[in-house]
Amino acid sequence: MFFFFLRRLALTIPTFIALMFVTFVAIRLVPGDPVEVRVGERGISPERLAYFRKEMGLDQPIWKQFLDYVWQLLHGDFGTSVVTNEKILKEFLALFPATIELSLFAILFATLIGIPAGVIAAVNRGKLFDHVLMGSALTGYSMPIFWWGLVLIMLVSEKMGLTPVSGRIDLVKYYFEPVTGFMLIDSLLSDQKGAFLSVLHHMALPTIVLGTVPLATTARMTRSSMLEVLGEDYVRTARAKGLPPSRVIGLHALRNALIPVITVIGLQIGGLMAGAVLTETIFSWPGVGKWLIESIFRRDYPALQGGIMLISMIVIFINLLVDMLYGAVNPRIRHAH
Amino acid sequence: MSTFKISTKSMLAATAMLAVMAPLGLSAKTLVYCSEGSPENFTPAINTTGTSFDAARPVYDKLVEFSRGTTSVEPGLAESWNVSADGLEFTFKLRKGVKFHAVKDFKPSRDFNADDVLWSFNRQWKADHPYHKVSGGKYDYFGDMDMEKLLKSVTKVDDYTVKMVLNEPNAPMLANLAMDFMAIHSAEYAEFMTKKGTPEKFDQEPVGTGAFSFVAYQKDAVIRFKKNAAYWGEKAQVDDLVYAITPDPTARYSKLKTNECQFMAYPRPADLPEMMKDKNLKVINQSGLNIAYLAFNVQKAPFDKKEVRQAINHAIDRNAIIKDVYLGSGQVAKNLIPPTMWSFNDNTKDYAFDPAKAKELLAKAGVTTPVEFDLWYMPVQRPYNPNAKRIAEMMQADLEKVGVKAKLVTFEWGEYRKRAQQGEHQMAQLGWTGDNGDPDNFFFLRGCSGARPGGQNITKWCNKEFDDMLVKARALTDMKERAKLYAKMQEIQKDEAPDITVAHSVVFEVMRANVSGYKQSPLGGHDFRGVDVK
Repeated sequence: MFFFFLRRLALTIPTFIALMFVTFVAIRLVPGDPVEVRVGERGISPERLAYFRKEMGLDQPIWKQFLDYVWQLLHGDFGTSVVTNEKILKEFLALFPATIELSLFAILFATLIGIPAGVIAAVNRGKLFDHVLMGSALTGYSMPIFWWGLVLIMLVSEKMGLTPVSGRIDLVKYYFEPVTGFMLIDSLLSDQKGAFLSVLHHMALPTIVLGTVPLATTARMTRSSMLEVLGEDYVRTARAKGLPPSRVIGLHALRNALIPVITVIGLQIGGLMAGAVLTETIFSWPGVGKWLIESIFRRDYPALQGGIMLISMIVIFINLLVDMLYGAVNPRIRHAH
Repeated sequence: MSTFKISTKSMLAATAMLAVMAPLGLSAKTLVYCSEGSPENFTPAINTTGTSFDAARPVYDKLVEFSRGTTSVEPGLAESWNVSADGLEFTFKLRKGVKFHAVKDFKPSRDFNADDVLWSFNRQWKADHPYHKVSGGKYDYFGDMDMEKLLKSVTKVDDYTVKMVLNEPNAPMLANLAMDFMAIHSAEYAEFMTKKGTPEKFDQEPVGTGAFSFVAYQKDAVIRFKKNAAYWGEKAQVDDLVYAITPDPTARYSKLKTNECQFMAYPRPADLPEMMKDKNLKVINQSGLNIAYLAFNVQKAPFDKKEVRQAINHAIDRNAIIKDVYLGSGQVAKNLIPPTMWSFNDNTKDYAFDPAKAKELLAKAGVTTPVEFDLWYMPVQRPYNPNAKRIAEMMQADLEKVGVKAKLVTFEWGEYRKRAQQGEHQMAQLGWTGDNGDPDNFFFLRGCSGARPGGQNITKWCNKEFDDMLVKARALTDMKERAKLYAKMQEIQKDEAPDITVAHSVVFEVMRANVSGYKQSPLGGHDFRGVDVK
C-alpha cells in the first residue's frame, strides 16, 4: 500500500510541471496585460507604461519570467496580486473555506440522495419510478447552472420567501469576525443565537444548485453499476441462499457496485470547481471560483497562476485520495500494481 | 464579603452593558447596499475603479467636497480658501476640532491638521515619501489629472493653514481636490502602521474623518461601516452601513425585492421597466457625466474636409441608436458635454438626420460614391456605450444609404486605444467619463496638445481658435467668463464637426421606497451621507 501511494505521488510531479507551464503560457496568450487593463479612455504615457511593466517584471523575456515564477513557487511563494497587492496564498486561504464548505455540502447532497435513488431505480428497473428518476437525472445533468440558480432564486426566495436570495448569513442580525473561515463553525463559535441556523438557511439554495449535476451523475452511475452487479452470479447465489433482499442489495450488491461510483464522485470534486464559479457568482458566495474569474478580467497574472496551481494541487490530492480509497475498497487494484 | 462585593459590581456592570447593548442591537438602523464587487483596497489614491472609490467614500473627507448630488465644490476639511490674483496661490484654512476615527487598535491622539494634508499630497507626489511605494505605489489619478505638472509646492503655514502653489493657473484644480484620490489620510495612523511593521494594512483598514468609520471587510462578502457620531458635517442618518457584495445584477435585484438590501448598484437596463412599476421600489435617473462619440480622423482624406464630416453627421440616425442600443437609458448628445454640466450651450445647431443632405454635402466635397471607409468599434462595453459593435452596424446600415460602405474594424481594447491615439483609423468610436465635473475635463479631448500622435484627441483635429479658448478658460477663475468661452467652443466644435457626438448614457439608481435623502451624483459614485431608511 505504501509503495502504491509513493508511485501515485511520484506520478503527480510531471503533472505539476505541465500545469505550471500551461497556466503560465495560456494566461499570457490572452490579449491585454495587467497594466493596460487598468488604463481607461485616458490612455497611458509610454514612460508610465514602461515603468509599471518593469515594476511587475513584465519587461523581462517570457522564459525569464517563467523561471522566476518557478523559482518563486519552489520557495513556496505564490506571488502577490497586482490588483490588491495582497499575498496570493493569503487571499486564497481567506476565500477557500467558503468554497470547501459549499462543495462539501453539494457532494453530501449528491451522495446522500443520489446513491439511494440509483439503487431504488435499479431494483425497480423499467418501472415508473425508474423512468421518472432517470428522466429527472438526465434533466438535472443537462441543466445550465446559471439558469437553474436564477430560477430557484425567483421561485423559492422571491415568490415563496422560503430562503434568502444570496450571501452566507443575515448581515443585519449577525456579525462576528471569521475564525476558521467556515461559516458553520464560526457561527457556532460566535455564540450568537440563531447564527448557525441563518448560515444553514443561506446554504440551502447554493447547495442544491451546485449539487444538481453531481446528484444526477451519481444517481445514473449507481443505477447502471447496480444493474451490472445484480446480474452477477454471487448475487444470484446470495438470493438462492435465501438471504433477505435488503441484505442482498445492501451488502452484497451495493458494496461492489459502489467502486465505480466512488471514482465518479471523486472526479466530480474537480468538476465542482467549474460549477462553483457560476454558483458563487449567482449567490454572492465569497469563494475562490469567483475570485479566479475576476482575476481573468483584471489580468491579475499572479492571482490566476497561483489560484490555478493551488486548486490543481488540491484536485490532484483528492484524486490521489480517491485512488487510495479505491485501493482500500477493492484489493484487486492494489495487488495489480 | 469582598468576593460578594466584586461579583455584585461585575454583575451590575454586566447588566449595564447589556442594557446599553440591547437597544443598539434591536433598534440600530441599518442600510444595506448591494454593491457590485470587491474593492482593490481602501485608499482611493492607488485605485482606479468606481467600486473601490465607493467603498472608501464613507470613510474619508477631502479638503473640498462636491456638494451632494452636484459637481459644484463646497468646503470640506478646508473651511475656506483664498486664491491669489494671478491664480497661482491657494491658501486653505483648515477646519479645527476634526477627529480621525478610532478603530480596533488605533486611537488617534490628536485632531486633524496640516500635517495630514501634506502627508496625503506627498505620498502620491514625492518618490522619497515613506509610503510612496507601499501597496504597489501606482497613483493613476494623481498622474492623470496632471498634478505632478501643476503643483509647484504644498506647504504648511501653521497647523491650520496650508498653502498650495501652482506652476500655471488652473481653474479645475479645486475640482481635482474634491476627487476621491485626494482623500485626506491620518499621518499619525500611517506612522502607527509603520511602527507595527504592517504599512500595507494602512490601505486595507482605513482611518479617515468621514461620516462613517470602517468596521470590517471580508473579501467578496461584506464591508461594514458604522456612523461617526462625532462627524463635523452632515451626520449619517443610519447607525450601520453594510455593503453586501453581490456581483450578479439579477441577484442584486432579487435581494432588493426581498428587502435583503435597500439600495442596489447598477441595475440591468432590461429590468428597469419592471422596477418602475414596483410600488416598493423607487427609481431615479440622471444623464451621466459622459459622452459616446464617433471620431473622424481629420488628418486623413477625405475627412480633412469639413463637408465630409458634416455629411456623415447628417447620415446617421442617432435616435434609432438610442432606442435600439441604449434601450431608453440614453439621450442624443448635442454637444460634447452633457446638459447637466455648467456652460452647456443649448443654442448650438445639431445635425438633423437627413440622408439627402448628406449625399449633397458629399458631392459638394468631391467625394464620388460608392466609397469605402473603415469604422472602428471598441471590443468592450463602456459606461457610455453598452454595445459599440451594434452601434457600428447601425451606422454601417445608415451610411450604406448615402453610398458609403463602412468596413467594421476592431482590436483588443488596449490595442484599440493605442492605435486610435496614434491616428490609424478613419472613423473610430470612443467616449469619455468625466472625472471632476469641470468642462475642461471634457474639452481637453479636442485640444491641440492631444492631437499629436499618441495623444488623447483621436480626431487629431487642432483648431487654433478652439484651442486658444481652451487654454484661456483653464487659467480663468471667473466661472462666468469661463462659461462664455466654453459656450463659444461648443459652437465651433459643432460646426467643424471633428466628431459625431452620439449619446450620453442615463444612469439609473434603484432603492426601496422607504429610502430617503439619497442624492444621485452626476459623477457616478455612491454617497450615503444623509441617507435614511424609514
